[in-house]
Amino acid sequence: MSAQPPLIDISGLSVGFRGRSGAMLPVLHEVDLAVCRGESVGIVGESGSGKSTLALAAMGYLRHGLARLGGAARFDGQDMFALAPPALARIRGGKLGLIPQNSGQALTPTQRIGTQIAEALRLHCDHDPATHRTRARDLLAQVRLPDPDTILRRYPHELSGGQQQRVAIAMALAGEPEALLLDEPTTGLDVTTQAHILALLRGLARERDMAMVYVSHDLGVIAQVCDRVHVLYAGETVLAGPARSVLTAPSHPYAAALLAAIPRLGARTLPRALDGRPPTPDIPRTGCAFAPRCALATDDCRAAPPPMAETRDGQRARCLYPEKVASPAPSESTAPGAATDGPPLLSTRALSVRYDSPGLLARLRGTPRPPATVEGIDLTLRHGETLGLVGESGSGKSTILRAIAGLLPPASGRIALEDGTDLATSAERRRPETLRRIQMIFQNPDESLNPRQSVGDILAQPLRLYFGLHGQPCHDRAAELLETVRLGAHYLDRLPGQLSGGEKQRVAVARAFAAGPEAVLCDEITSALDVSVQAAVLELLGDLKARHGTGFIFVSHDLTVVRALSDRVAVLYQGRICEAGPTEAVFAPPHHPYTDVLLGAVLAPDPDHAPRLLAEDAVELAPPARGCPFQRRCPVKRGAICETDTPPARQTADGHVIHCHIPLDELHALEGKQAAS
Amino acid sequence: MYGLIARRFALGLVTVWLVSVIIFLGVEALPGDACTAILERDAHGEALAACRKAMGLDTPALARYAEWAAGVVQGDFGMSAGGQESIAQMVGYRVRNSLLLAAGALAVGIPLAITLGVVAGLTRDRWPDLLFSTGVILAMTIPEFVAATVLILVFAIWLGWVPAIVLTPADAPPLEFFPEFILASTVLTMLMIAHVMRMIRASVIEAMASDYVQMATLKGVPYWRIVFRHALPNALLPAINVIALTVAWLLGGVVVVEVVFNYPGLGRLLVDAISDRDLPVVQAITMIVAATYVGVNLVADILSLALNPRLRSHRARQR
Repeated sequence: MSAQPPLIDISGLSVGFRGRSGAMLPVLHEVDLAVCRGESVGIVGESGSGKSTLALAAMGYLRHGLARLGGAARFDGQDMFALAPPALARIRGGKLGLIPQNSGQALTPTQRIGTQIAEALRLHCDHDPATHRTRARDLLAQVRLPDPDTILRRYPHELSGGQQQRVAIAMALAGEPEALLLDEPTTGLDVTTQAHILALLRGLARERDMAMVYVSHDLGVIAQVCDRVHVLYAGETVLAGPARSVLTAPSHPYAAALLAAIPRLGARTLPRALDGRPPTPDIPRTGCAFAPRCALATDDCRAAPPPMAETRDGQRARCLYPEKVASPAPSESTAPGAATDGPPLLSTRALSVRYDSPGLLARLRGTPRPPATVEGIDLTLRHGETLGLVGESGSGKSTILRAIAGLLPPASGRIALEDGTDLATSAERRRPETLRRIQMIFQNPDESLNPRQSVGDILAQPLRLYFGLHGQPCHDRAAELLETVRLGAHYLDRLPGQLSGGEKQRVAVARAFAAGPEAVLCDEITSALDVSVQAAVLELLGDLKARHGTGFIFVSHDLTVVRALSDRVAVLYQGRICEAGPTEAVFAPPHHPYTDVLLGAVLAPDPDHAPRLLAEDAVELAPPARGCPFQRRCPVKRGAICETDTPPARQTADGHVIHCHIPLDELHALEGKQAAS
Repeated sequence: MYGLIARRFALGLVTVWLVSVIIFLGVEALPGDACTAILERDAHGEALAACRKAMGLDTPALARYAEWAAGVVQGDFGMSAGGQESIAQMVGYRVRNSLLLAAGALAVGIPLAITLGVVAGLTRDRWPDLLFSTGVILAMTIPEFVAATVLILVFAIWLGWVPAIVLTPADAPPLEFFPEFILASTVLTMLMIAHVMRMIRASVIEAMASDYVQMATLKGVPYWRIVFRHALPNALLPAINVIALTVAWLLGGVVVVEVVFNYPGLGRLLVDAISDRDLPVVQAITMIVAATYVGVNLVADILSLALNPRLRSHRARQR
């Protein structure tokens, strides 16, 4: 890029582990990466592509069991794999800092934040130890943590995810780094928090002229912060080039497929799924690693690995036919129809749920109870419809699902099926027939599928319980169910541990459908999956809905996914509905101020799209006792009325309801002004 | 946090009370009582009635329980059935001796178990780990009476360092039964070390593979500082409860070891009391052991709370 030598210089690096056969299996295969001062480079790929391994290798660090097979990783001219431990320790956390993926787990749980930052200062700065406290406070202020003195005394678990991530950034900055490695720095954070952290990182990079390496599976994040992008597939760089051209006109089919799999806020269509999965390291490579999943693949692709070659707009790609790679265009596949007017299936009225139960003492003293976690929820799910529940963590969306499923008793209010079957009872008290009609799919299939049961056993359970099927008919029906989730009967004997994340989630979907349910409750079912796999699961749900007329309640923190899939949407904050109605109407202005904040923070894989940061990403632990749930963070708060009175439900022209004290036309005008500024 | 401790304490008291009721009822349900034991074949007719009257056994069970419980609370366990001596006095020395034995075994065993566990965890699957892990399992699987007999054979009979048979009275100064003390606590150390060591090994391995240790490495923290400042404070927390169980087990009187070495501790007294059908003594010892278990576990809970910031504020927030 420029005349100066690169600060981080990885060349021909191969890393592998010893497989069961005794042969070394590669995780990274001759990867090159060069990053100069002031430059930020993104590394993108699905899980298992080796992107984190590459970032950690830049620090001369390999996870347990991995070994370097060849190549070198240099920092500032020094070979990181050849340095003696003391010299290595001086660079790590000093000139070369790391910001880990999950700061909650990367901070030592038994040490106070102040101790951990002071440790970094003592190791890497020759300041007078007496100044460490002031320095630590300055660092926390730089990452915009309010009230640094309190934070310094806290333990990691006493902070929110966003605060933990900021502490990790402050700790990396303590060593006055010249380069930062960021391993999925915002994965797992709420959208508003993510947007704030990215803005902070971008600002820091500019201020300090640092070299940055961003590892992420999220092309939206990469588009925000990177100048150049490397796309990794099965341990190989398949595409490298300027971020703008890679994101708009990729010259490798894998990158194009990844881009097409991302649901976008602008388009109301399902993203296009990328079938298949990456090859595992134990499969010997004969040709292009992507060929089995590639629509453009020919016999030439399968005969020999294609070399890295210049393609267009400064991109270099490992593909024989870069000119044939089409720019990602949204597919026309099964888009959800307009809000259906099917007969109602399930409804909640004034539902409220509490987690606290007052102690004997509090009851005797008459201490007022804290406001309910979830309150005043009126929802109606119709046959053949997807109802999306969206909100940040703590918005009560999963709590509502659990109450409907009978896993949590409601404190008050009504949940009922339309034929009058009462659902305000715990699952143990429901009749099997009632249980059958409502099925739930959980976020993490690793935890919701019994690892000791084969797929066949998992599917046989509901068949036996609800339909009394045994033996061959049960087996046949299970095989049929696997076909509907596109897995095939040969999966019956496998254990969950032998399946990929996407396959496991499909088994979970098949299990729910084994009961022949009328309503399926989906709790963040795609958030643990790669985008390509997510797209396939979303497509499958759309398909099942069309075929069986099932009603879905789809809970997600991801607005783009909810938009792509739902017919109607409810936006939740602190366990209260802010806005609800047909998807099109909710996503069109006017918005509730909270919806507007959420929409503003959504990232798109488009370098020209910048998020709008409207509200602080503060974390609230409990809803306010009175007034509007969003009063403490609202960027357009009216004043005292928001703190005292419950906002009225305002019906818009396009048929959705906004709970806000501000009249609709004023909201519209306010939001127009903010979008313009 | 203090509220939680108070609640735990109250719960502990309730447990001890329940144990006392169960013991009392159990003893009641047994055929025969202290008088039948004393009088043996003469236990019938007037003699029996007179004895029962003398010992207060003719009053209703509830009244006797109340009287007994009131005594226990004041440290008075009543009189033994056989010798007519005060149980409190009889048991007092035994408790001291058992405490000494437990202290000896713990003073050597716990630090040794922690050290071996940490070294094994840090050298996972390499030779120190394999050596220690197999070693402690071997030590644990040898039955205590075999180990005890072998120790007596070697040190008393072959080497002649200690007398083979000792008949030290329970109230002798501790130095007089020092030889038995050394041998017995060696056997106990061998028995207890495996649980604690393996627990610590597992949690050291877990801590060293954790994200925060990786982060500390990549922050440039030197290896030994990572071990002592980042990994061990977290790894040792789960061991507290295992150590507590071991301590309680030791304090409760280890019957077989005390009997083999003829050590005048609580365990041997219990065995003697059972064979003499001295029910008041059995009751007293069982109460002491139950209270010890409850007390030690309470201390472990408080320690865990005090040392684990996560537990501390999590509970506090729940309240």
